Amino acid sequence: MEENKEILQNAVPEAEDVAPVSGANNNFNDNLHGENLTERAKVLSPGMTVLKRFFRSKLSVIGLVALIALFAFSFLGPVFSKWSGNGGSVKDYEHINLIGTYIPITYVGEDGTVYEAYDVTLDGNLLPYNSLGGITADHWMGTDYDGNDVFTRLMYGGRVSLTIGFVVVLLETLLGVLLGGLAGYFGKWVDQLIMRIVDILSCIPSLPIMLILGAVFDSLGIVTISKLYYMMLVLTLLGWTGVAKLVRGQILSLREQEFMLAAKCSGLSTGKKIFKHLLPNVIPQLIVFMTLGLGSVILMEATLGYLGIGAPIGTATWGNMIQLASQSRYRNYYPNLWLGAGICITLAILAFNFVGDGLRDAFDPKMKR
Amino acid sequence: MAKYVIKRLLIAVLILFGISILIYFLIRLMPVNYIVDKVTTQMSNNGGISEEELQRLLALYGLDDDSFLGILKGYWGWLTGFLKGDMGTSFQYNIKVETIIKDRMGISFGISFVSLIIEMLIAIPLGIKCACNQYGKVDYTVTVLCMIGMAFPSFFLGNMLIKWFAVDLGWFETGGLVSSGLPHDASAFARFGDMAWHLVLPIFVMVILDIGSLMRYTRTNTLEVLNADYIRTARAKGLSEGKVVYKHVFRNTLIPLITVLSSTLPMLFGGAMITETVFDIPGIGQTAYNALKIGDVPLAMGYNMFIAVLTVLGTLLADLMYVVVDPRVKLGK
Repeated sequence: MEENKEILQNAVPEAEDVAPVSGANNNFNDNLHGENLTERAKVLSPGMTVLKRFFRSKLSVIGLVALIALFAFSFLGPVFSKWSGNGGSVKDYEHINLIGTYIPITYVGEDGTVYEAYDVTLDGNLLPYNSLGGITADHWMGTDYDGNDVFTRLMYGGRVSLTIGFVVVLLETLLGVLLGGLAGYFGKWVDQLIMRIVDILSCIPSLPIMLILGAVFDSLGIVTISKLYYMMLVLTLLGWTGVAKLVRGQILSLREQEFMLAAKCSGLSTGKKIFKHLLPNVIPQLIVFMTLGLGSVILMEATLGYLGIGAPIGTATWGNMIQLASQSRYRNYYPNLWLGAGICITLAILAFNFVGDGLRDAFDPKMKR
Repeated sequence: MAKYVIKRLLIAVLILFGISILIYFLIRLMPVNYIVDKVTTQMSNNGGISEEELQRLLALYGLDDDSFLGILKGYWGWLTGFLKGDMGTSFQYNIKVETIIKDRMGISFGISFVSLIIEMLIAIPLGIKCACNQYGKVDYTVTVLCMIGMAFPSFFLGNMLIKWFAVDLGWFETGGLVSSGLPHDASAFARFGDMAWHLVLPIFVMVILDIGSLMRYTRTNTLEVLNADYIRTARAKGLSEGKVVYKHVFRNTLIPLITVLSSTLPMLFGGAMITETVFDIPGIGQTAYNALKIGDVPLAMGYNMFIAVLTVLGTLLADLMYVVVDPRVKLGK
């Protein structure tokens, strides 16, 4: 039943094309006993078909909803938060929390009374703000060492972590399409050169490179947020190879097909042939690749943050927040500080993967169900 | 075949050359003072090599000159050494890089190998089961669980497990390989048991993280095999479903899996950097992590080249295995 409908959908646009030209369509309708074909099936463009297939899968819808929720949380959330201002979270000066070690002692006064007291060793100075406060109605996830509300910081962290992926993936794709397209279309030495570069780059382990770079930026004294941007730029320069391989492979098979011969015969320029006739055929795969890539960039940012070589300390990103988990004191006694960030990261990666998988299935013409 | 392998090996040499240049110049972007600074701090903590020794090594590897020509000279020195099979001496440990890699590889390999075996034992049967009941309840549940496992960052999962199972419940150790309470005269068996106990959590983390991709790969392959003509023939002959699945589908599913397993080579020997760091396991991953962070040039170069060689070999092995296992495949020129 479902399959039947699909075939009809595909057949309809052609029938429509024919209709104004001749009366052929009317004869066709007569064969269908007066029933109009267009009335029997709703016309769906290929894009609509993809969308319909995408929304048919529960997982992709869940992924999409989760993504929308995460974006809303990060970009709209601070508006409703009590602890945000000036584009960042503000410290809680209302409550003061003394942190340090409390050792119970007893001492006997001059008059012989026994006093029970605490020997308090404060960590550094007396902090005039709510440092490492517990979970209260005011602070849903407590406060961190600097007295910032963790829940609000989570929102601001999401802004950086979620958006940085888009930039990286977009640049990666542009570079990959350009170089992969060139390699696939021109072949010969261009192909050889580009593919060898791809080979080299894809054999380089990215995490060690990032670690080296982190140390390099440290040694050069680059400690602002721009450090994270530079790192992401390098990630882009290393990461385009996947797209390039994909585009090259597709173009190698596509350029032998008849429509390319037709394009050649009609005397189109090389640029037009590549960008108007070859590339649109690769776009579905590219979209899938980009969606899945977004998840991996978020993971990379988080990893860099965890290792302490990402955004400068103090900047709110999910990676920086989960970094606290690497210090045993915070890991063991203050899970409220890093658990949220970890859940957000995992959720974002999962959602991007769900959506990416859903898109792949939706684009795949072989998938008919 | 021989011609193909030779060609691939020649290309591999070219790739390795390119990688070595890239990584060397990246590391050398760090000013020498920074390296000296970091290494000295490290030394005062663990007691490594002496100041004069460090200066001598720096001069030996041409690291005392930050100009472009100096870096080029340093690279030449490293390259000629590497070709002679000498990767230099680590600044931190004052031990030959080869020795460090050889010594630390064991534990990393052990962890990776055990987790790989566990993954295979779980993922392959599960993948086939899911494919046989495509879109069924089991399939959906397993797929979702696998995706959740794949989405976890290793450090997050690792620290969560440490917090719950090691700190709160006290079932496992928080990290390291040897309990502090282990008596000196403990038997080898007790030592091994103690170490295995430390490795439960890291192995669990690695299995959870990697099992998903193997499961999904098996599932996709099995689906493809299930649609093949020879499976229809097998069914048409009247074979039982069990025989079809275990004799005809299962064996053909293994073909692409063997190539996947060949490409896990770098992971197998190279260690899991983050997992080892989280659980404080003195494997090659953690060693490399420290070396990369402080600019221990010989060790960092040695580790990166080690990984690169493994990656190149793994890809080559995957391609060759494909031909060996599947007689239908012929190598291109």
